[in-house]
Amino acid sequence: MSLPLRWQLLELQEAYIAAIDDDRLEDWPGFFTDDGLYEIIPKENEDFGLPAPILRCDNTAMMRDRVASLRHANIFEQPTYRHMISGLRVIEEGADTALMRTNYLVVNTSLEGTTSVYQAGIYKDVVVRTEDGWKFREKRVVYDTSRVQTLLAYPI
Amino acid sequence: MDGTGPITQELLDIPFPRRDGSRIPYAVFNSPEVYALEQERIFRGPTWSFLGLEAEIPKNGDYKRSYVGETPVVMTRAKDGELAAWVNRCSHRGAEICRKTRGNSVVHTCVYHQWSFSAKGDLQGVPFRRGQKDQTGMPPDFDVKDHGLRKLRVESYRGLVFGSFSDTVAPLAEYIGPEMREYVDRIFNRPIEYLGCTRQFSNSNWKLYIENVKDPYHASLLHLFHTTFNILRVGMKVTTTTDSTGLHSALLVVKNQEETAEGYKAQNIRTYQDGFRLQDPSVLDMVQEYAELSTNHIQPIFPQLVIQQIHNTLVARQLIAKAHDKFELVFHFFGYADDTPELRAMRIKQANLVGPAGYISMEDTEATELVQRGIVGHGTAQSVLDMSRHKPDETATMISEGLVRRFWEGYRNLMGFSAGDLA
Ligand code: FES
Ligand SMILES: [Fe+2]
Repeated sequence: MSLPLRWQLLELQEAYIAAIDDDRLEDWPGFFTDDGLYEIIPKENEDFGLPAPILRCDNTAMMRDRVASLRHANIFEQPTYRHMISGLRVIEEGADTALMRTNYLVVNTSLEGTTSVYQAGIYKDVVVRTEDGWKFREKRVVYDTSRVQTLLAYPI
Repeated sequence: MDGTGPITQELLDIPFPRRDGSRIPYAVFNSPEVYALEQERIFRGPTWSFLGLEAEIPKNGDYKRSYVGETPVVMTRAKDGELAAWVNRCSHRGAEICRKTRGNSVVHTCVYHQWSFSAKGDLQGVPFRRGQKDQTGMPPDFDVKDHGLRKLRVESYRGLVFGSFSDTVAPLAEYIGPEMREYVDRIFNRPIEYLGCTRQFSNSNWKLYIENVKDPYHASLLHLFHTTFNILRVGMKVTTTTDSTGLHSALLVVKNQEETAEGYKAQNIRTYQDGFRLQDPSVLDMVQEYAELSTNHIQPIFPQLVIQQIHNTLVARQLIAKAHDKFELVFHFFGYADDTPELRAMRIKQANLVGPAGYISMEDTEATELVQRGIVGHGTAQSVLDMSRHKPDETATMISEGLVRRFWEGYRNLMGFSAGDLA
C-alpha cells in the first residue's frame, strides 16, 4: 500500500470526525456517495450475523432527514462529542476503492461538565474515489458499548 | 436456602394520598428501600417476568442470560427441548456459572470448583465427591439431588418466555388474562424470527418507563417528529384496555383508510406551503399485516415486557430494573419466519423509528431522566395524573392518563401500600 493513500484515507476519516465534533452535522451527509450506507449496529448483533441496527440510512436523503430531525424535531441534551481514532488499516485496495477499518472512541461531556466514555467500536468502511475526492460508500459503525447511555442522537 | 425468601420490610409503607392512582408520592421513584421491597413483592413475588423469546433459543442446548428484576438468571432449552430457567448462582459457594450472553451447551460448569449442572439446573457432577486415594470426599449424606440450582417456574406463551419465583402465581396464560391475550395473539399469530437486540441504559426508575408506555398523552407533545415533518395522523382510531389488575395494558392506534386518504390530500397542500418534509419518507412506509391497519400497538405485560408494533417494526422490549434510579431496556427485534425479503428490509429500515436512536422514541428516556432529576429533594411532593379522571369510561382517546392511574392501583395493591380516602 502506498503511503499517500493511507494519508488520504486518514485525512478523510479525520475530516469526518471533525465535522461531527464541531457540530457541523449539515456537512455529514457530504462525506458519502448519494447511495451511501450509514449504519450503527451493536457488536453483539454483528457477531451473530443478526441485522438489527440502532440507526440505518441507505442514502444521503435519509441522512439529511436525520439531521433535519435532530435540528428541529427531536429533544435531547446537546452532546459534546470528541472522537479519537486509531489503528486505521486498509484491508483491500482497488484502483478507486478501498476497504478500511478504524477503531474509534467517543467521549461525551454533559452540560453539567462530566466527561465520560460514550462509545467504543470500529468503523468498517468502503470508500471510493470520486471527482470530489474520497467518499464513503459504506460506513458501518460497529459498537462495543452495547448499553447505549440514555439515547443516541448524533451520528458517530 | 434459595435466598429468595422475604427480607422483612413489613414496616415500610408509602401512603398514596388517593385510592384512584391520581396522586403518586415521588418516594416510589427514588427510594432504595422501595426498590428492595419491589424485588421481594414484585419480581420474586406473584408475577411472571419476561425472559426472552423462544426464537432466541431455537435449538436444544441453546441458552441466554437474562434477569428477573435484579436477579441474574439463565434461560435454556434442555436436551429434550423443554424450556428451563435458573438463577445464575452456583449452589456450591455462589459463583456466577454462565459467563456468556448466549450460546449452546447441555452442561453448565462452574469454573470455581467445576460443579456441573444440566440445562435444567440439576447438579450432575462434583469433583472429588468420593475423595481420592486415601483422601475423603463429600460426607455420605451429601446428595446431589439436594443441591441443584435455584429453578424458576418457566412457561412460554406464543413464543414469549416468562419465568417466576412464585409457586402460587396463576399459570402464565391466566396471568396475562383474556383481555390482554387477545392483543398478544394479534402479534404472535405465527412463527417469528429473532433479528437481534439493542440496549439502552437510563439513569431513572423503571416505573417511570412503565408510566411512559401507558401514557398516550405525551405522544404528540414530547415526540415532535410527525408534527415537524407535517406528517398528518388523521382518521386514527384509538383503543386503550387494561387487564383486571390494571398492571397490564394495551394501546392500539388504527388508521381509518378512507379518512386517511382525505387527510393526505390535505397534507400535500399544507406541506408544499411550509419547509419541512422528509426527503426520503420510505422510513414511514407501511404494509398492512393484521386485520386492522394499526400504526401503533403498545402493550406492557407487567413487570418486564412491552410488546410493540410500530408500522412494521416488531419488538419485545424487556424492562430490567437495575437500581432505584437505573434501568435497562433490551429491544428484541423480530420478524415473521415467512417475511419476504422486501418486508424484512422494511422492518430493518423502520428500526430507525424506535429504540435508543428512534425518531419517535429517543425522547422517552430523556423524559424519565428529567423526572428522576426533578424529584430530588421531593419531601412529600407528588405527581398529578388528572387527565380525563372524571371520565373513566373514555378509553378511545390518546388524551388520557387513565392507563397510568389503573397501573398505580395495581402496583399499590401488589406492594401493600396504604391509600387515603379520596377517590
Ligand atoms: S462455587 Fe461453583 S463450584 Fe464452587
Ligand atoms: Fe414515548
